[in-house]
Amino acid sequence: MAGGIAASLLTQREAARDPQAVGLLEVDEFWLTQVAAATQPEAILLGNLFRDQLDRYGELDAIAERWGELLPTLPATTAVLCADDPLVASTAPESGHVVWFGIDDPSLGMAAQDHAADGVHCTRCGTTLAYSVVYAGHTGLWSCPGCGRRRPDPSVRATAISFQGARGAHFTLHAGEDSVEVDLPLPGAYNVVNAVGAAALALQLGATLQQCATGIAAMQAAFGRGERVQLAGRELLLMLVKNPVGANEVLRTLALEPRPLDVLAVLNDRIADGRDVSWVWDADVEAAAASVRRIVCSGTRADELAMRWRYAGVDPQRIVVLPDLEAALDATLSEAADGPIVVLPTYTAMLELRQLLLGRGAVAGAFT
Amino acid sequence: MTASRGTMRVAWLYPEHLNIYADRGNLLLLERRCQWRELGWEVTPVGLGDALDADAHDVYYLGGGQDRDQALCAADLVAKKRDALAAAAERGATVLGICGGYQLLGHEYELGTERIPGVGLLDLRTVRGTGRLIGDVEITVDLPRVDGTTTGPHALAGFENHGGRTILGDVAPLGTVVHGHGNDGESGAEGARRGQIIGTYLHGPLLPKNVWFADELIARAVGVTPAELPPLDDRLEDAAHASARRAAQRSAPNHSPLARVRARLGRG
Repeated sequence: MAGGIAASLLTQREAARDPQAVGLLEVDEFWLTQVAAATQPEAILLGNLFRDQLDRYGELDAIAERWGELLPTLPATTAVLCADDPLVASTAPESGHVVWFGIDDPSLGMAAQDHAADGVHCTRCGTTLAYSVVYAGHTGLWSCPGCGRRRPDPSVRATAISFQGARGAHFTLHAGEDSVEVDLPLPGAYNVVNAVGAAALALQLGATLQQCATGIAAMQAAFGRGERVQLAGRELLLMLVKNPVGANEVLRTLALEPRPLDVLAVLNDRIADGRDVSWVWDADVEAAAASVRRIVCSGTRADELAMRWRYAGVDPQRIVVLPDLEAALDATLSEAADGPIVVLPTYTAMLELRQLLLGRGAVAGAFT
Repeated sequence: MTASRGTMRVAWLYPEHLNIYADRGNLLLLERRCQWRELGWEVTPVGLGDALDADAHDVYYLGGGQDRDQALCAADLVAKKRDALAAAAERGATVLGICGGYQLLGHEYELGTERIPGVGLLDLRTVRGTGRLIGDVEITVDLPRVDGTTTGPHALAGFENHGGRTILGDVAPLGTVVHGHGNDGESGAEGARRGQIIGTYLHGPLLPKNVWFADELIARAVGVTPAELPPLDDRLEDAAHASARRAAQRSAPNHSPLARVRARLGRG
């Protein structure tokens, strides 16, 4: 990780001569301490802590603790923290500058916490947290009945969120007393909170609210996160799925599509995916089961994925198992109906798919 | 045993706290397989402070949790539920503990200076080791049936991820490690079993990866032999079982230098 960042900085050294230049580093949760110590950043944005790759990094509490120990060692760094995530909120230093961001839209909330919830207990006193509204996983409007800890009021926040199926979202972005309307070309509440976090960080670094809105509206889906690809006259919607909370958001988004879906789902168990594929049973596959016209399951653990969809309620007659990705892609395309084609790959499956699509001239550039 | 013919009744202990490795999948698997066979299905969540009925359930299920949640549940389990769990086991009900739930069925779990108490239904104790034992795993088991026969040698496949090393006292292992780490990474023993009190580190989750074992539990609960259960089309299930076994063959145990570094980086 540190080597990768050093290499990126070296390749950008011409750009870095510009005194206005800002370096933005996406850092793996486990390496944050080392990278932050070496780079002494102006600001650190901590988005959320969902169950992801437990087999690599151990437990979420331990990561939150590590982050909580890091921030007080960086007095010149502004912490930009998601107020909706109680684990992230627990990392806030007692002194020092914190900018809170979050979602203020109770209409997004779910009646019950979803099955993939993590960190539902107060990190200070162990009491089970109470939620007036739950967003994704353990995020929402939370408070602790034991010690009175509660979700901080965010200064940068989204309200009045609406969705255009699996295509995008609209919301009002507030910073203090000011607000602006924002069109986000990505679907799902999880992308809204990501956009609000990005805006909070940009505002902290001197951007205006209008610049944030313009920037968000102009962004394109990155690397499989709601990306649309044209192939053989068909449009494929690529939605990376790598942990149960993220998967749930994607699955709920699919349920917003009015037409039955042709789905290619790919489950790999390589190190970058997480070797442990248990999480597919924590994901609410049930949410999308009724929307599936036909599903092709692929990847190194294709059989186990197929079984999960069966137990979610998809008739086995609608399930095809083809572990080889290229064969699975062909089978998806050749048998698809007129409706949307959705691809749900894990991380390394996304990389493989990218290569396949590139080979067929379907995408403009390679991911590096 | 007091089987409830026609209905499988499961007590799910601490569903809000001990659920970390998709324990929900085990319950969903049992529910669907009962429904497809038109057997009754009842699952009763039993949380912190709740009373546990020693007679009302065929299976008492304990999953895994983070350290803090496990400690929270351990105190409650020992104080409020130990007697009922022991009485249930005594009458022949199945007690199934997976990962953290397995550790709680023993005498104690030592994490450095901290000590998490267990209910002592299985004669074993667990101590925190250096590095976690992580990976796909396959074991061989041979389990007794109500009619005095056994299942014969069968594979259980799953995934293990535990910092604790479990040391067995006067209790038999659940099975023998074929691929993977098992109780302590050294002895070749995995899990523990006394009668129908079963503990194992295998999640994945366990039952979707091994529907034959799920059917053993269902058959026992409704008072028939597994052969007497209405058959299901298990092509996907059998393929999933084979896939999990292949994963164990491919990956475990991994003693490469990189794996050792990774194990050290995980919580020790």
